[in-house]
Amino acid sequence: MTRPALILALVASVAGAAAAAEPARDKLLESYRQEASRATPGFAGFSAARGEALYSGTHRGGNPATPSCTTCHTADPTATGKHQKTGRAIEPIAVSANPTRFTDPGEVEKHFARDCKNVLGRDCTAEEKGDFITFLSGR
Amino acid sequence: MSAFRWAGIALSVALAAGVAAADEFERVTPVRHAATQKECGECHMAFQPALLPAESWSRIMTGLSDHFGEDASLPEALASEIRDYLVANAGRGDPTVLRISDQSWWQREHRFSPSVWRQKEVGSKANCDACHRHAGQGLYDDD
Ligand code: HEC
Ligand code: HEC
Repeated sequence: MTRPALILALVASVAGAAAAAEPARDKLLESYRQEASRATPGFAGFSAARGEALYSGTHRGGNPATPSCTTCHTADPTATGKHQKTGRAIEPIAVSANPTRFTDPGEVEKHFARDCKNVLGRDCTAEEKGDFITFLSGR
Repeated sequence: MSAFRWAGIALSVALAAGVAAADEFERVTPVRHAATQKECGECHMAFQPALLPAESWSRIMTGLSDHFGEDASLPEALASEIRDYLVANAGRGDPTVLRISDQSWWQREHRFSPSVWRQKEVGSKANCDACHRHAGQGLYDDD
């Protein structure tokens, strides 16, 4: 291996390890997992596929101007989003593009509280929150 | 009664009603409250407290779950801390009007053709910083 390639490989593996083990995000997911287990006996764990369906799907019941997460976050969660009304830029929602996502429980809860109402017209369940974070942690 | 006294009465009525002229908003004190800057600067620039009267701020802060058609709710303690800051530093204007862009002083200054508001870079009347480059510092007399 040439020297620059070796360095790149090392950096990549360190970055990969850091993304996999983010204690704050793991802790948050664990608390949603406990909440989901209490709500649904026999709860089998979070699903990235369900999270993706929630993210990409078109929903009803919320603000008609924002029927989907993708309205503001775009179809590609690693891209910079845009507020539908004011046009303000929104930092990427995917962890790969924005490693501090889903690490501050207060921020995460604040945004779920608002945006689930904006898009779905109701609060999200703990299961939906965990699915969503699981999907976006892998993106 | 002399014309002088009439003018004086008219002026004090205007002041009591909170009628504001645009030039008092040319330069306003920048936002000096970290939570307001952060929480109210997420979807649009954080508007300076002097741009609205206390009653308008107070109503905006109690109605965050339906904030101009959108849910912008905050935990209660944080909302009340921000309300206190905005109300304590509020300016003048019509207390029955919630939007800065619906205040009569604002409308007198911004009589532009509809095509101006449709430009992609502007998008919304709330994007003061699209036209006033130093709006974030409270400077609106730069043009
Ligand atoms: C979740 C996004 C969001 C957050 C957070 C938010 N706003 Fe807004 N705000 C909006 C939208 C959307 C509008 C309407 C913009 C339009 O009509 O073009 C708006 C409009 C306003 C207006 C009226 C602007 C005008 O036209 O004169 C004021 C004042 C305002 N917001 C104050 C606040 C304050 C104070 C906070 C912090 C407590 C806040 N906003 C937080 C989304 C938000
Ligand atoms: C489309 C561009 C545009 C937007 C958006 C805009 N303004 Fe203005 N504004 C102007 C222009 C141009 C003038 C100057 C008018 C003149 O000088 O006759 C002005 C004038 C003003 C003045 C009077 C300044 C003076 O020297 O007396 C104030 C205060 C002001 N704007 C505040 C705001 C605020 C607050 C917002 C956001 C809520 C805003 N503007 C949004 C273009 C804009």
